[in-house]
Amino acid sequence: MTLRIPTMADLAAEGREPEILFWVGCAGSFDARAQKVTLAFCQILEAVGIDYAILGNEEQCTGDPARRAGNEFIFQMMALQNIEVLNGYQVKKVVTACPHCFNTLKNEYPALGGHYEVIHHTQLLQELITAGRIKMTGGGSFKGKRITYHDSCYLGRINGVYEAPREVLETLDADLVEMKRCRTNGLCCGAGGAQMWKEDEPGEKRINLERAEEALDTGAAVVAVNCPFCLTMMQDGIKAKDKQDDVMVYDLAELIIQQMQP
Amino acid sequence: MIGQIAFFIVAGLAVGAAGRQFLRIRRNINLGQDEPITGDTSQRWRNVLLVAFGQQKMFKRWIPAVLHFFIYAAFLLTQVELVEIFIDGLLGYHRFFLPFLGGFYTFLISFIEVLSVLALIATIAFLARRNVLRIPRFHKPEMKGWPFQDANWILVLEIFLIFFIFLMNSTDMAAHDNAYGFAISQFLSPLWAGTAPETLHFLERVGWWGHIMVVFAFLNYLPYSKHLHIIFAFPNTYFAKLTPRGEMENMPAIMNEVKSMMGLGEAPADGGDDELPDFGANDVFSLSWKNLLDAYSCTECGRCTAVCPANLTGKKLSPRKIVMDIRDRATEIGSKLDSGDPQWAKDASQPLSATNFDDGKSLFDYVAAEELHACTTCNACVEACPVLINPLDPILKMRRYEILTLSQGPSDWLPMFNSIENGGAAWAMSTDRDQWAQEARQ
Repeated sequence: MTLRIPTMADLAAEGREPEILFWVGCAGSFDARAQKVTLAFCQILEAVGIDYAILGNEEQCTGDPARRAGNEFIFQMMALQNIEVLNGYQVKKVVTACPHCFNTLKNEYPALGGHYEVIHHTQLLQELITAGRIKMTGGGSFKGKRITYHDSCYLGRINGVYEAPREVLETLDADLVEMKRCRTNGLCCGAGGAQMWKEDEPGEKRINLERAEEALDTGAAVVAVNCPFCLTMMQDGIKAKDKQDDVMVYDLAELIIQQMQP
Repeated sequence: MIGQIAFFIVAGLAVGAAGRQFLRIRRNINLGQDEPITGDTSQRWRNVLLVAFGQQKMFKRWIPAVLHFFIYAAFLLTQVELVEIFIDGLLGYHRFFLPFLGGFYTFLISFIEVLSVLALIATIAFLARRNVLRIPRFHKPEMKGWPFQDANWILVLEIFLIFFIFLMNSTDMAAHDNAYGFAISQFLSPLWAGTAPETLHFLERVGWWGHIMVVFAFLNYLPYSKHLHIIFAFPNTYFAKLTPRGEMENMPAIMNEVKSMMGLGEAPADGGDDELPDFGANDVFSLSWKNLLDAYSCTECGRCTAVCPANLTGKKLSPRKIVMDIRDRATEIGSKLDSGDPQWAKDASQPLSATNFDDGKSLFDYVAAEELHACTTCNACVEACPVLINPLDPILKMRRYEILTLSQGPSDWLPMFNSIENGGAAWAMSTDRDQWAQEARQ
């Protein structure tokens, strides 16, 4: 399948501005597994006919991991450069599939002069479903299957988005089961706060293992996530329990694309 | 008359001594940096009403919430009786409110009595949870020693308070032919049948004085105890940050520096050749006063630590310990300042003060780097706190100090910093950022 994936630069050359910028993020751009989510989301956007574009090589890390590690200089360097690019294109609305980018763009760029309406891709998916622009095929492969949803910290507890992703999952006609710790009590996958880039501190157990065990306890066949880092962490955790053949970890966009009417 | 004078002296001493300690705590809190209070005032009052007054967050865990509510309600309502004790004590009345309120007085005291019984049950349950059931969050490493004893002392003092109230009311009823008709004491007063009136009067005085003396003891104990939350919960919820939870405080000094590097803003007025100031926090002086108010508001319940993913998986990080460490360090600095000992002065020729202080220690003597490095910034601790303490904020400020001022921190992070700085991506990549798109377009 061929995708158009327009860039802001291309559109600007034609004198056009898209309705919405898709902020891909480092994981979505470079991580082989997260790239699949990026592609699934682009496929949905194009199937539905959303007027979007990406920044392509003009996009840089938002600076989130550097800031949370304590390195404000590098955060400011990234943020100010990104804001210059975004403001240069007069971007008004941004969608991203990464809750960390989402949080930084939405909550931290305003103090530096970057003011945008920022939504997470699960929110856009939910809007498109409610508006009838995404229609699901009945009786698909998820019918009656057990799915559990993992709240990422940066979308859930930190930004209060709990319902949109669940409403998206409900359209799959699956049996949605909650883990013991969910919503405001959701347990972190272990990647946030720049933990993704370092070895664990000494302890008894890896955090993603604790969370994977909880997901496995639900008996779900699919673990749905909304974050590229949770995706890695949950997959690794499930693999560590040797359940990678029975339990799949998918981003919501990947689940929707599997069951969407063409 | 002697009673009145005695009461006046005791009350004056107790309130005065406690006031002195409270002023010290206020001074300790003000050792922190100024932090402007911004945002919607009505939202702040809403937090006070719902979270502090209404204990909204406590009710995430039902059993302790209900038990705690009994003690809390008894505490609030007993204030009425305390006001009466003060009036009686100073002016020499006996049950000053009784003639004014009549039947309602009986209802009021009965209501307090019922709440006191519920509070007694709750107190015993709390003692059991700590000492018999040994709920894990009360037995983490930071709870060894004084914090553990502190919790028990408070509960024991509560039992004394309740005991004296019932001793007073029941003997008073017995001495008055079981008039009053207080809900609980009417069942206790028959115990005193046949006791001489003088003895009854004496016991009633023991109850009255016992109760008020425990109240005074409590008042003076509070400044040394985690129990301070009964007061600080209210200001702390009022002053809790209203900015988005996911927003780390901006650092304008660094922003402007980077802007001038990028040619976006004006160069710093001082020419920029001065030594860089310290960034982040390494001690209570570089934390904000709100971080310190947080620390003094903590009642060490451990809900934060119980939900911390790092702590749950055996890492050393415990958000409660961080908060307790900040409080203990502030108290240490406060006592050293009070000592006036010139050995703690940075410049011995000048008088010791908050700005002329150096005891060779910092918060890093309390908090290990390993604790700071284990945090995933998941905000579970922030969400869990029943009085809106933010344990994450000081952790991130200390991380900033470590990286920006000390140039230390986990070596694992260096490649990430380098690839972001040099390649604009969180990983060092040899491919283009839009490689995936190029391939998908074909």
